[in-house]
Amino acid sequence: MATSSIIKFLDSASSKSSVRYAFYLSSITFFATIILIPPILGIVLKWNTMAETFTKPSLMSRATTAIYASFAIAIFVSIIDVVAGLPVAWLVARGRSRWLNVLDTFVDIPFIIPTATLGYSLLLFWNRPEGISSLFGGNLLSPGWLLVILLHFAFSYPVVVRVMAGAILDYKREYEEAARTLGAPPFTTDRTVTLPILKPSLIASFTLAFARSISETGATLIVAGAFENGPILINNLKTAQELGYEGALVFVSFILIVISSLIFVTIRLLGPRLKMPIKKVWPVTERKLSGSRITNLRNALSLIAFFLLVLIPSLFVVLPAVYAIINGTLNKAVVGVGIWQGYWQSLILSYSVGVVATLLNTIVGLPMAVLISRRRLGTKLSSILDVLVNIPLMVPSIALGVSLSIFWRSFAVMPEMVLLILVHLSITYPYLVRSMVAAIERLNVDFEEASRTLGGRPFTVFRTIVLPLTKYSLFAGAIMVFTRSVSETGATLAVTELKTAPVLLVGWVNVLLGKAESPIPITPLDIGLGCGILIGFSFIILLISRLFARGKGRY
Amino acid sequence: MPEVRLVNVTKKFGKIVAVDNVSLQIRDKEYFCLLGPSGCGKTTLLRLIAGLVDPSKGEIYIENRLVNSVPPEDRGIGFVFQEYALFPHMNVWDNVTYGPRVKALGSKESERLGREMLEMVRLFERLDAFPSELSGGMMQRVALSRALAAGAKLLLLDEPLGALDARIRNELRYELRKFVKDLELTGIHVTHDQAEAMAISDRIALMRKGKVLQVGTPQELYMTPQHIFVAHFIGESNFLEGYVSKMTRKESIIELRGGLLVRTLDMKHKEGDKVVIAIRPEVLTVEKGKKRRVNSISGHVEGFRFEGTNVRCKIRLENGDLVLVVRPALMTEWFNVGERVTVSFSVEKNFVFPYPERGLKRELTLE
Repeated sequence: MATSSIIKFLDSASSKSSVRYAFYLSSITFFATIILIPPILGIVLKWNTMAETFTKPSLMSRATTAIYASFAIAIFVSIIDVVAGLPVAWLVARGRSRWLNVLDTFVDIPFIIPTATLGYSLLLFWNRPEGISSLFGGNLLSPGWLLVILLHFAFSYPVVVRVMAGAILDYKREYEEAARTLGAPPFTTDRTVTLPILKPSLIASFTLAFARSISETGATLIVAGAFENGPILINNLKTAQELGYEGALVFVSFILIVISSLIFVTIRLLGPRLKMPIKKVWPVTERKLSGSRITNLRNALSLIAFFLLVLIPSLFVVLPAVYAIINGTLNKAVVGVGIWQGYWQSLILSYSVGVVATLLNTIVGLPMAVLISRRRLGTKLSSILDVLVNIPLMVPSIALGVSLSIFWRSFAVMPEMVLLILVHLSITYPYLVRSMVAAIERLNVDFEEASRTLGGRPFTVFRTIVLPLTKYSLFAGAIMVFTRSVSETGATLAVTELKTAPVLLVGWVNVLLGKAESPIPITPLDIGLGCGILIGFSFIILLISRLFARGKGRY
Repeated sequence: MPEVRLVNVTKKFGKIVAVDNVSLQIRDKEYFCLLGPSGCGKTTLLRLIAGLVDPSKGEIYIENRLVNSVPPEDRGIGFVFQEYALFPHMNVWDNVTYGPRVKALGSKESERLGREMLEMVRLFERLDAFPSELSGGMMQRVALSRALAAGAKLLLLDEPLGALDARIRNELRYELRKFVKDLELTGIHVTHDQAEAMAISDRIALMRKGKVLQVGTPQELYMTPQHIFVAHFIGESNFLEGYVSKMTRKESIIELRGGLLVRTLDMKHKEGDKVVIAIRPEVLTVEKGKKRRVNSISGHVEGFRFEGTNVRCKIRLENGDLVLVVRPALMTEWFNVGERVTVSFSVEKNFVFPYPERGLKRELTLE
């Protein structure tokens, strides 16, 4: 068979170190030329246009306010995420009741729903007459900064719970037990032993929540109203196309990219040195705080926050979707009448781009993950690469989109589709690499060495040992790439006129809110159904990934 | 004073019964071992005493106080974990003084305790080191001094020597006992190593499948095993299957396989009972050629190993059973493989047990 002879060829070729290095080099080259350098060069190419912005004080102050708002919201939201998410992560990881398994699944929901849909759901819940605001006789919250904060809290919250629950599960419980037997009540134990040991995960969850908040565009557009943060400003400038807008666009993108990267690198470098205050102990107070009443109160409050601020608002859009199914909008949709023809096209576009991005990133990401986790090019270079591959996570996607678009368009006439895929590759690249780096680092090197001593060639070892033992992480990484690509809005808006599903939905909402016009009227039911169908697909993906994750022999 | 009493304690994990209706009394200032194969429930029993798991049924008393609902931090215990559980983000000093600090004993007292305990284990000069910089033996000593600095009078040790090299293990086991005795503590030590338990315990509870089979001094367990598994697990034993063929006033005659008749002092069984005789390898004697004595059986040498202090001789008896004989190397004849010999044992130095219901092999498995 052809495949088996290819595998045979690769197996024997992998014995030559020159072949292996050529392989690694091609992976690095891909990373450099497709992911890392284009956004930097994109900014550099339009460097001169920035100067214009400095001559326009009003534009300048608008830009600085927006940039400031972006970071302020991201920092605030990430702190609240960690505070509110930690007790729930604890419950999910430690609880033994069956209800907590249900909670475990609920936590993932806002993560898996495309953010634009989430934004609309929150708008419905807090603002529209169809939502909870009707109980209060009108709109409870107008679109604006407060709604943006609630939105960012809702979609970054699951990241914290997921990361922390995983860390608590992995954590060696003996440390906690040792502290208890030495006389520390639970609160003191958590404060002086457990949390300091879990510090890397705390930092990681904070960073991820921060990254999600700083880079989100689609959903924020829906709930922002007149409020502007960095990504919204970029979008508004692009839409309005005022005189000299390009300079401001480049300026804001540049600042957002630089500051986010700086913050990321700072956290990476200084995070491990951060000391927690563990020396001092207040026995009486901490004993009181360990009591079951306080613990129950804390758990209740964090659960209420989760249900009221995250879960119910995120799922609220299901109501109009269900209503749309009952009243016949679904039939219209299935037939593809009016606006629905465009909807199905954009859905197909979204999923095709998602599949292509996932496949390509898996192929190019795997060697990179091995390179980093096994320090194939030396410790120093590997840790530099480790920081670099994560940068697309931190950078606001619309800013990345702006600079990528400038870069690629300056070369040649690029088909829009190719450009779209390139941008999605950039934005989703870190997810698979991160997931696989973590998995391979956890994997005991002994297995690989055993395979080598038994006669396995390097590629054989990878194929028969590393890959099967890390397949769940590979799968999880691939799912993350895919869902991220499907829900991507900001960068897509920045690079192309092609309408992916979330972009289309943002457009629909704008029509509904009177911010844009459409020849065919769009009703809340249409949007509800549009969101509902997206959520439905997302649920199927979540379900499949859960089934896979439950398989026997997880490592 | 710390006396520990367990009354009908049961612990279930789902359907698995880890500890099955155990009643046990551990005396004040005693060095007590919970011994048994892995999975026998000994660690769970220790964790029940520590309060790290709650019993499904039964009562646990420490110093005559019912502690079932007392959290671990209030039980006045010190716990040494198998892999030490030294806090990786604290240095030796902060680890050792953690107990006094969280108990708010005041900085002077904390310092005194920390210094005293670290000096006792001879690690005061390493107080700045982090756990990752210490050897296994050092970590073990830090873990011990940390548990003691918290002021515990009851020291619980979960396989405390399990992760160490054989040589260090042998040194540290006596040290452990000495600390407990010098500081007048009660020590409960979990181990699967019978040699370790025999060497250091005042008394041992031998456990299997969640149950305590026998409690006694090391001598009692060795000399008078009350259960066939005890005879197997403590020291070594040869097991010969047979029937009680005749009872006299003082003895019972047991017919082994192949119609061989042997005499024992056992009076617990009646004629026709299926039984197993357990004989220690070191009480068997071997002579060259065919000899006629009490309880002598002829056979041939199937294996012979010189082990330093002892020689170990495997002998295939004429009825097909295989027995192991261990003799002091300098005090005994040496044999060649294939040589004809006679094995004999006295009427008193053997134990007769009823034949296990589920078969001998299964009764003796360690799982």
